Amino acid sequence: MSDTETLKAELLAQVEAAADLQTLEDIRVSALGKKGAITAQMKNLGGLEPEERKAAGQALNALKGEVAKAIDAKKIGLEDAALNAKLADERIDVTLPTRPEDNGFIHPISQTIEEVVAILGEMGFEVAEGPEIEDDWYNFTALNIPDDHPARQEHDTFYLPGEGEKGRKVLRTHTSPVQIRTLLDSKPPVRIIAPGRTYRCDYDATHSPMFHQVEGLVVDKTTHMGHLKGCLIDFCRAYFGVDDLPVRFRPSYFPFTEPSAEVDIGCSRAGGEFKIGHGEDWLEILGCGMVNPKVLENCGIDSSEYQGFAFGVGVERIAMLKYGIPDLRTFYESDLRWLRHYGFSALDVPSMVGGLNS
Amino acid sequence: MKFTLSWLKDHLDTDATLEQVSERLTMLGLEVEGIEDRAAGLEDFLVGEVLTAEKHPDADKLQVLTVSNGTDTMQVVCGAPNARKGLKGVFGGDGMYVPGIDFTLKPAKIRGVESNGMMLSEREMGLSDEHTGIVELDSDAEVGARAVDVMGLNDPIIEIAITPNRGDCLGVRGIARDLAASGLGTLKPAGIKAIEGVFDSPIDVKLDFPAGAEDACSQFAGRLIRGVKNGPSPKWMQERLLAIGLRPISALVDITNYSTMDFGRPLHVFDADKVKGNITARLAKQGEKLLALDEKEYELDDTMCVIADDEKAEAIAGVMGGLESGCTEDTVNVFIESAIFDPVRTAVTGRKLNLQSDARYRFERGIDNDFAVDGCENATRLIMELCGGEPSNTIVAGDGPKWQRSITFRPSRVKALTGVEVAEDEMERIISVLGFGVDKLGADTWDVAVPAWRGDMVDEPCVVEEIIRVNGYHNIPHVSMERLDPLPHPSLNPTMRKRRGVRRTLAGRGLIEAVTYSFLPSDHAELFAGPNGVPDSIRLSNPISTDLDVMRPSLLPNLLAAVGRNDAHGHPNGNLFEVGPQFAGDDLKDQSLVAAGVRAGQAVDRNWMGTARAVDAFDAKADAIAALDAAGAPTANLQVFPSEDANTPGGPAWYHPGRSGTLRLGPKTILANFGEVHPGTLKKMGVKGPVVAFEVFLDNLPKQKEKKSQARPLVKMSAFQPVERDFAFLVDAGVEAAAIMRAAANADKKLISDVRLFDVYEGQGVADGQKSVAIQVVLQPYEQTLKDEDLEKVSQGVVASVNKATGGELRG
Repeated sequence: MSDTETLKAELLAQVEAAADLQTLEDIRVSALGKKGAITAQMKNLGGLEPEERKAAGQALNALKGEVAKAIDAKKIGLEDAALNAKLADERIDVTLPTRPEDNGFIHPISQTIEEVVAILGEMGFEVAEGPEIEDDWYNFTALNIPDDHPARQEHDTFYLPGEGEKGRKVLRTHTSPVQIRTLLDSKPPVRIIAPGRTYRCDYDATHSPMFHQVEGLVVDKTTHMGHLKGCLIDFCRAYFGVDDLPVRFRPSYFPFTEPSAEVDIGCSRAGGEFKIGHGEDWLEILGCGMVNPKVLENCGIDSSEYQGFAFGVGVERIAMLKYGIPDLRTFYESDLRWLRHYGFSALDVPSMVGGLNS
Repeated sequence: MKFTLSWLKDHLDTDATLEQVSERLTMLGLEVEGIEDRAAGLEDFLVGEVLTAEKHPDADKLQVLTVSNGTDTMQVVCGAPNARKGLKGVFGGDGMYVPGIDFTLKPAKIRGVESNGMMLSEREMGLSDEHTGIVELDSDAEVGARAVDVMGLNDPIIEIAITPNRGDCLGVRGIARDLAASGLGTLKPAGIKAIEGVFDSPIDVKLDFPAGAEDACSQFAGRLIRGVKNGPSPKWMQERLLAIGLRPISALVDITNYSTMDFGRPLHVFDADKVKGNITARLAKQGEKLLALDEKEYELDDTMCVIADDEKAEAIAGVMGGLESGCTEDTVNVFIESAIFDPVRTAVTGRKLNLQSDARYRFERGIDNDFAVDGCENATRLIMELCGGEPSNTIVAGDGPKWQRSITFRPSRVKALTGVEVAEDEMERIISVLGFGVDKLGADTWDVAVPAWRGDMVDEPCVVEEIIRVNGYHNIPHVSMERLDPLPHPSLNPTMRKRRGVRRTLAGRGLIEAVTYSFLPSDHAELFAGPNGVPDSIRLSNPISTDLDVMRPSLLPNLLAAVGRNDAHGHPNGNLFEVGPQFAGDDLKDQSLVAAGVRAGQAVDRNWMGTARAVDAFDAKADAIAALDAAGAPTANLQVFPSEDANTPGGPAWYHPGRSGTLRLGPKTILANFGEVHPGTLKKMGVKGPVVAFEVFLDNLPKQKEKKSQARPLVKMSAFQPVERDFAFLVDAGVEAAAIMRAAANADKKLISDVRLFDVYEGQGVADGQKSVAIQVVLQPYEQTLKDEDLEKVSQGVVASVNKATGGELRG
């Protein structure tokens, strides 16, 4: 074995045996440093014949390369081992809980109103608003509710002491006065929905003195009761997410519409379990009809030229049905347990293209 | 309105089943609320006769009966004390199901004696709780006949809801008419014939009203029948009245009730011998008193109509008769009143007296305006049939209301208004059966005469409704709405859209949305009403309770009350918000939209990584700013007004005076309040602190303008790194942090991109009455890297600017 071969074996063995980075560095210096073994041999090359020098030089260069490569490889191995040992020491208990965070929620009433708006918005309805303390005329008279109508009695309607320009101050009993204000302020065609708070003197398991309604109104020259039926059937099916939901229109009576109808959806109560859809039963969910010509005339609209429909949906009622909320009164109690259970995520914004029902 | 199927068939000739009738009623707008088929499940039970009754050999309280069911004779062991030979009762045989005890009969041995069947009590039949003995039927009941037939149970009861416009359907005949129009049979003739009087009534009738009140009683048909014998009404009448929940009293009284339900024609009968002189329909005297049939005394006023004799009021017109002149078992001479009273006056009278009756219910919805005389004739017939006697001539005072009316109807309007195709012949048939007269004036012009019982028919759409109602709403086509444009426009205006953003931003910050009442107890309202208190204009005239008697002047009290309730449930920590109206008065401009929220208890609960932290004013401040940002307010321009400075008042009185403030755009426009809720306010509401709150006044924001372009200004991104420099200033303790930050930022508006405050220190090393405030100033060059001398220049500028604004010195 030549000297070079011997040196190589020695050095590689030393590298292989190095236990830490410092030892390895020492080996590098002793082999490749200015005073290192290989460097020393390089210096000796000058005393050789040209032929010999060339061969020996090549051998030494190869040796140098191999040793350097071995040292680099060893270094990476040692570094990895050192990092692994360090990381092993840094172990944490990942089963520990995360930092406390508060989750917020959207109330089912807000969510339901947004759902209704999302559906009807696709049909071209725009949202309109009005005051909750109304003058008698907007809430009753303009809607063809006569002075002696039972709904005006104090056991049905909340009154305030004041008088407005248009009569006694009243807490609106429906969002219908928004219809009146819209018709007074704008020209047909009109296609609006009015969501909002409404008030009636009723307080028991199924009535709340305050509740929410969405009122719809269409006035133009051609919209007829078939459109009303189409609009509401399409709405009910989209809202409840049942494509073939049975929807039934029954004659009814409201002073502000003629003809009037109540709308039922199909349901089943088989086995004590309530389910919306095909079944043997019907459930009333809203009232509607063709706008009474007197209402149009009261708003200065020529009823021989214009016609249209109106409807009113109880927000809590359809929310209770869709989301299985059993008790109306719980909507307003602000019980954190209830709100967390029935509430909706902040990012769950209803839209038709995004899908209303998960 | 309740009636039975057989009663309906008195007026309607039909083969329709109960189910068909029920379905059709609902689709006619006469919504069926319930059907009680009392015979259901009892059809198999027969009339059984006890042939023999012997004592049971081994039981004191039992008897051994032999019972005939008409075809067989069975031995039955029976425990009923009233079981006896000759009794006719209800027999259930082998294999029959007994609903009241949920049991199917089978042969058995009872105390060693064979028993084949059962004699039933009412409870066992599921009819009532009666169980003291077995049912006893009339002695003439046919043995072996169906018990339900003998007991009058085979007549199902139908209950329907009548909308306020359909007074005509408050009598069975009106309901039959609707069904007939819909093709479910034919309306039988009413069969009312004039009965000739045999003498002149000794009692005369007069209408006496001041001008303008004549329609209080526009017609009165009366008649005396002498020599009647009052007693119980016949079984068929009693059964019908009982079925619909009316207690039979005597034939004369039952006839008036029967007429009310049969024709919707309320009547009154006076005992003619108790009437002093003649009868006058007039207005009551102010304060006049009357003891009514319900045995209560009513004090009347001069707006109410009464029926009086020469001495005093004897009946409240259209509402209730008087006790004194009412008919009794001893009545021999009876005077019938069949009158027409004004709907509104009757309703107001009943309302004022708080007196409801079947008569009032019908008069206030409008009765058949052409039926007073017929009603009187019908009552005469019934009285003579049931009680005998002979009638006087009929007296008719007044002509009745002017009900004759015709409507111009265009058949083309049916399609135009409802989309339904109905043949003109069918239209004519429908309204004719409903009682309208049709006069075809032209191709599309009919003159339609309204019948006397349809006061609700006022215009053309009413007629259209009648036609499509009877034709069936299921025939209305389904026509989906078409948008005016191919793609939907936004439903929300920019303000509404921002409001939705506010709501969802707050929820995203961990607040839970609540919806609370718009009213609240006035003692809570006073705490949030400002210096002038709650204005009277927002106090309800008729609150549902004293807990809900005033409109809320702020959203906070209801949210704080909710915090208290949640705490009582064991949930002291919680973040609630609400977006809704508050009321400063009853005018349109007094209602404003507010986003308000509360955070209660611990903002951060104790946890293994850190310590617990109670909520503080900065939580509420952050919520308010986030809400304002979502609402589109220019939050960079907000000014914070702390509350302790008397010259720039901060949060209102329900906030902690030293730990609250307002966020404003300029000194006048308050966009938000925030801070700790005043401990005194919490205490008065019984809520444990700490609670912080914010109120964002969304209506005070600058109006959202529709932008012409959605394009944003070009982004400016520097090629050079920003440089940060820290400064600590010693300032007087009262100096506001915002003043220091503002001064620093103003030192070089071009170069300084941000000023961050990272430390406030008071204590050792800082003189009393002073504090050290440390800020980091971020310099962002755009044109070249900053050189040392540039940095030095800006730094000196910052120090000088802060010093000038606050007197602060660089801390050594």
